[in-house]
Amino acid sequence: MSQPSRTITIEQLNTFIADAGLHSSHLLHILHAIQQRFLHISHEAVNEVASHLGLPISQVESVVEFYSFFYNTPRGRYNILLSNCTSCGYKSGGENLLRMLCHRLRAVAGKTRGDGLVSIDETSCIGMCDHGASLLVNGMPITRLDADKIARIADLVETETPLADWPADWLRVDDNIRVITGDLTAASGKPSRMASSSTSGLLLNNDFVAGGGLHAMLARGIEGTLAEITQSALRGRGGAGFSTGMKWKFCREAQGDAHYVVCNADEGEPGTFKDRVLLHSHADAVFEGMTVCAAVIGAKQGFLYLRGEYRYLLPHLQTVLARRREQGLLGNSILGQQAFNFDIEIVVGAGAYICGEESALIESLEGRRGVPRNRPPFPVTHGYLDQPTVVNNVETFVAAAHIALCGSAWFKSVGTEKSTGSKILSVSGDCAAPGIYEYPFGVSIQQVLNDCGAKSVQAVQIGGPSGALINPAKFNRKLGFEDLPTGGSFMVFGQGRDLLTIIVNFAHFFAHESCGFCTPCRVGTTLLKNSLDKIAGGHGTQYDLDEMKRIGELIKRRSHCGLGQTAANPILDSLQRFPQIFEQRLAHGNFEPYFNLDGALEEARQVTHRDDAAAHLE
Amino acid sequence: MSAEANMTTTNTVTPNTINIDGQDIPFKNGQTIMDAALAAGVYIPHLCHKPGLTPHGSCKLCTVDIGSRSMSTSASDRRTQTKFSVDIDRRSVSACTTPAVAGQQISNDTPALNEVRKTITQMLFIEGNHLCPACEKTGNCTLQAVAYHLGMLDGHFPQFFPRREVDASHPTVMLDLDRCILCELCVRASREVDGKNVFAIAGRGINAHLIVNSPSGKLVDSDLETGDMAVHICPVGAILIKEHGYEVPIGRRTFDLHQVGEIGLEPVILAKARHTNE
Ligand SMILES: Cc1cc2nc3c(=O)[nH]c(=O)nc-3n(C[C@H](O)[C@H](O)[C@H](O)COP(=O)(O)O)c2cc1C
Ligand code: SF4
Ligand code: SF4
Ligand code: FES
Repeated sequence: MSQPSRTITIEQLNTFIADAGLHSSHLLHILHAIQQRFLHISHEAVNEVASHLGLPISQVESVVEFYSFFYNTPRGRYNILLSNCTSCGYKSGGENLLRMLCHRLRAVAGKTRGDGLVSIDETSCIGMCDHGASLLVNGMPITRLDADKIARIADLVETETPLADWPADWLRVDDNIRVITGDLTAASGKPSRMASSSTSGLLLNNDFVAGGGLHAMLARGIEGTLAEITQSALRGRGGAGFSTGMKWKFCREAQGDAHYVVCNADEGEPGTFKDRVLLHSHADAVFEGMTVCAAVIGAKQGFLYLRGEYRYLLPHLQTVLARRREQGLLGNSILGQQAFNFDIEIVVGAGAYICGEESALIESLEGRRGVPRNRPPFPVTHGYLDQPTVVNNVETFVAAAHIALCGSAWFKSVGTEKSTGSKILSVSGDCAAPGIYEYPFGVSIQQVLNDCGAKSVQAVQIGGPSGALINPAKFNRKLGFEDLPTGGSFMVFGQGRDLLTIIVNFAHFFAHESCGFCTPCRVGTTLLKNSLDKIAGGHGTQYDLDEMKRIGELIKRRSHCGLGQTAANPILDSLQRFPQIFEQRLAHGNFEPYFNLDGALEEARQVTHRDDAAAHLE
Repeated sequence: MSAEANMTTTNTVTPNTINIDGQDIPFKNGQTIMDAALAAGVYIPHLCHKPGLTPHGSCKLCTVDIGSRSMSTSASDRRTQTKFSVDIDRRSVSACTTPAVAGQQISNDTPALNEVRKTITQMLFIEGNHLCPACEKTGNCTLQAVAYHLGMLDGHFPQFFPRREVDASHPTVMLDLDRCILCELCVRASREVDGKNVFAIAGRGINAHLIVNSPSGKLVDSDLETGDMAVHICPVGAILIKEHGYEVPIGRRTFDLHQVGEIGLEPVILAKARHTNE
């Protein structure tokens, strides 16, 4: 591909779109290709794409404006996005690395530098939380940032060194699978030895041979395999916890022209990165779980919806898919079975947390903005193209593949009655050993804290910002559907952290990621964000706290989808469990206006060159 | 996710009735709570709903609480259900999109719910630029009427003062996005009634905004015509017909003469928008 440039003729555009379309005609993919090549998606490009794909211009335009990684004005040839997550964000190490990089490159955050060389901005969590401060440069992750690395990055950019010539080990992303030694089982995957381990190696320690689950399924029969999945009592690992067996059964029974399997690899919840590791090191199990599901529900087509932040995993995943086709594990007549045809396409998102919500994900798959649908109907009956569709999390498919292989009894030997099996946790924040941990369900927060080497902990955020903020008095609570359900994010906040800053960060996250469909979330998340900024700025009063509680409860109860319904959780939790973090910042008195009256006069003072007492209100 | 929704079984309730604020209301299969309520002459406040167009469920003004003996379904993402104890017995749903299911015990016209609706209406006011006295739609505006109905006296929240565009390119129709409440009535009317596709929503979150489906993005280059339903359906003053200002004097406008809660007001509201005298 030629060098990215921002100048385009319509002919160039047309040829380019036609070429990109040969590769994949998915709207998101074509737009991505244009973004890469021309550094933005111009109005002309929108019109051309619409005419190429036979879509309304407004649909293409609305998609471009929805996703964070599409821009309608040119970005720099180096487009740098620093994560603003509390664990992998540019402030997570104490210094403001964003400001530092902007300073070094003489760039203003959010704006493309005058010479078009570089643009620097922040982005929501990029899932590198166990690697410290991280960024994406032209889509490639660079982790473990510090002041020194920022300086070197600035030099490489300034000298226009191609990314391929940057230090290779910078682009390496480790799995950081933490194995707790002691009563840990061997890697053999034998059930009996696992049940007693404090960290369960149920999924991660099990050697999974590609095709093993499918062979076992054929031996057991499809009905029998569905029965195993149901009996295993496996519940969705994406956070919802719906019975996987039931979901597959409902979809299998639903009438439709075609059935679809969708793997939800959007993993946008800040502090979650276990799906990244599963996709990197256990991709066979993911695809095998999808293939087992396809056999059960009668699907011929599957999709893996990969978040844009994980685009760097695409070549690896494509390689695994290609190998599986060669091995007869995908494609036509899988394992020589005449009627067993199934293939998987990977669709890459473009920066939108809401696309992890299953119906928004389906909208995105269909080439639209990621706006959650009205339910009922549910995806199991009306999903992709309104056809019966199973949407499951990456980890759910991995577990299903293992259950197809080892059976339900093996799975149930670990965990609790209502939460069978294991949970893979993404542990990050203030601890000695951040990374991936696999535990039997029912493990206590304290146990995890001990294992990851977290000392003097102030609070733990379970399940990411949309989850629950837990105070030390409750560290005996247990992870599992009966007590504290979690999608896997486990963020540790030590005593040194300013909790209010974290709550402010989360409020900004939700306001930024709200899709804007429903009033309570669209307006409410911004109201909450503004209130918190006011309080953090020292201008808040008790009135603002009361208002946040009232608005927070309204958003939680009246919003359209899970994003709005959870967006106020960090605020409501901390108002209840950590009231002091707000109270110490309150201004005296009952009311302070949102804007500073005296500050508003500053411009007038400058124009009139006055700064005497009479030119001030106080 | 809840395929259990399909499995809802009823036990001792009268078949095909729901109960709203103590009143039994019949419904036909396939009707939403809103359909059944309106058919029975019960007003549930709404802004993004218009009988005849596909229900949308975005404004959330029609929020009602359901407690039901035959409950086994959940309207919200299960994720939330399991993560946070949303009270199963009093779940909140949008009446305009939720199917009526026999036995539903629905609260609608309660002080608490009207307070919620008032707050939502205030949100709609402050996120846009609504200068009612200077707006041609005043008196004919459903947003304004709903605000009066709910006893809303002020915007309550600090104004967002967004910068929004005016598109005056079209010879007969004017688009002032300062007042758009993103109800998508024009989007749906254009698609479903006019057989066109003139409008869409673009952007995300608080930056979501209405766009025009034309190569230039301007109304003049779209196939919109004055007679289109999309031109007349806007509940606020975001889509106005040019050169027809103030034909009906203030004091004789729709909501000077009618309450927003009157059932079957749609034809009257539309007629006003079409500028025929009553
Ligand atoms: C705002 C929001 C974001 C979500 N993000 C994800 C995600 O990144 N990955 C995921 O698997 N599920 C996510 N979910 C849950 C999905 O809607 C859905 O429940 C899940 O993919 C079902 O798969 P499971 O049953 O295997 O958990 C999200 C839900 C909401 C409301
Ligand atoms: S709750 Fe938020 S994210 Fe969900 S539909 Fe409403 S605006 Fe969109
Ligand atoms: S222009 Fe009017 S009808 Fe269209 S979305 Fe905005 S408020 Fe609704
Ligand atoms: S009228 Fe039901 S959500 Fe708008």
